[in-house]
Amino acid sequence: MSVFSSLATNIRRNVPVALATVIEGPHCGANMIVRPTTDATNPFIIEGTLGHSELDRVVARDAGGELEAGRNGVRHYGPEGQSTPEDLVDTATVKVFIESFSPPPRMWIFGAVDFTAALARVAKVLGYHVTVCDAREIFATRRRFPMADDVIVTWPTPMFTEHGAQLGPRDAVCILTHDPKFDVPAIIGALNTPVGYIGVMGSRKTHAKRLERLAEAGVTDAADLERLMSPIGLDLGSRTPEETAISICAEIIARRTGRVAQSLRATSGPIH
Amino acid sequence: MRFNTSRKSSVMRDILNELDRWRDAGKRVALARVVDIEGSGPREAGAAMAVNEDGEVVGSVSGGCVEGAVVSEALAILNGDTESRVVTFGYSDDEAFAVGLTCGGIIHLFIQPLEW
Repeated sequence: MSVFSSLATNIRRNVPVALATVIEGPHCGANMIVRPTTDATNPFIIEGTLGHSELDRVVARDAGGELEAGRNGVRHYGPEGQSTPEDLVDTATVKVFIESFSPPPRMWIFGAVDFTAALARVAKVLGYHVTVCDAREIFATRRRFPMADDVIVTWPTPMFTEHGAQLGPRDAVCILTHDPKFDVPAIIGALNTPVGYIGVMGSRKTHAKRLERLAEAGVTDAADLERLMSPIGLDLGSRTPEETAISICAEIIARRTGRVAQSLRATSGPIH
Repeated sequence: MRFNTSRKSSVMRDILNELDRWRDAGKRVALARVVDIEGSGPREAGAAMAVNEDGEVVGSVSGGCVEGAVVSEALAILNGDTESRVVTFGYSDDEAFAVGLTCGGIIHLFIQPLEW
């Protein structure tokens, strides 16, 4: 089967797939499709070639990242897959257009608070489709969150009942409300979906109290409670809403990749 | 309650059925995709259209501004007059591609023959 026939088949089956095409440089017009797998030792299925096996490998890795984010874009490589600026000096450049065929991942943010706008902005940089949800009509406005894709005035329970089926392992729910009336039903709603990340804002003390209220509401299963990332975010010492947003998004990435987040200098082995 | 979903649909997906018909009819086809936008482009990277050897078109990449020029380029590629390549339309262009976008953006497309 040709690359394009296989691409069409995957698109029709809603299988996430990326098409990489050389648009300038050696092998201009060459096509390759990339499908991520769940097998860590063989993370991608590749069909077609861009003309060099190492280039194929590096582009497949980058295509996997673009696919996670549902993004399209042009990237520059050396003819043998070189991707760092030092390696690209004095070599021909291969421009590769990577097109993702997957819907963007979703982030639902509960609570129209100070941290919400910063988190929505950082999430947009990462390619998320961002939905802000709060029951208070005067706070949940388009004007306050122009960067969000959707701003919805409703309570968590109807939100999850009506739209929860949209959420899957690539998606994130961030609960920033600090208000038990809102965050307990939001947590319960999120736990009833296969959403990949559930972060809940609050101090350690707040979280301990929240666990008591969740227990009163019947949420006691250890596997459920294990899914809650609370206090939310990586321990970066973040103070401002923007720094906190970076810490939350960094945690989401680390959870997805299964890494213990620390400085690369302190670790060994492959970086990507 | 308001829920305006801004669905980002894959434009390639939209033209698949027509591409199948053309393939079944044995037509040669060129595919044009937006690979980059500078300024206020009308469509995002990934917008796609296709042209068959008879000059029939499916899809659109710019809301009508550059489609005519894309058809000429696509037919030139199908005729073997030029190779697959990036073509650029927009304000800052030289005379070579004097087709403007009304929005003032610059649009880069890659046009290639579709090999089934």
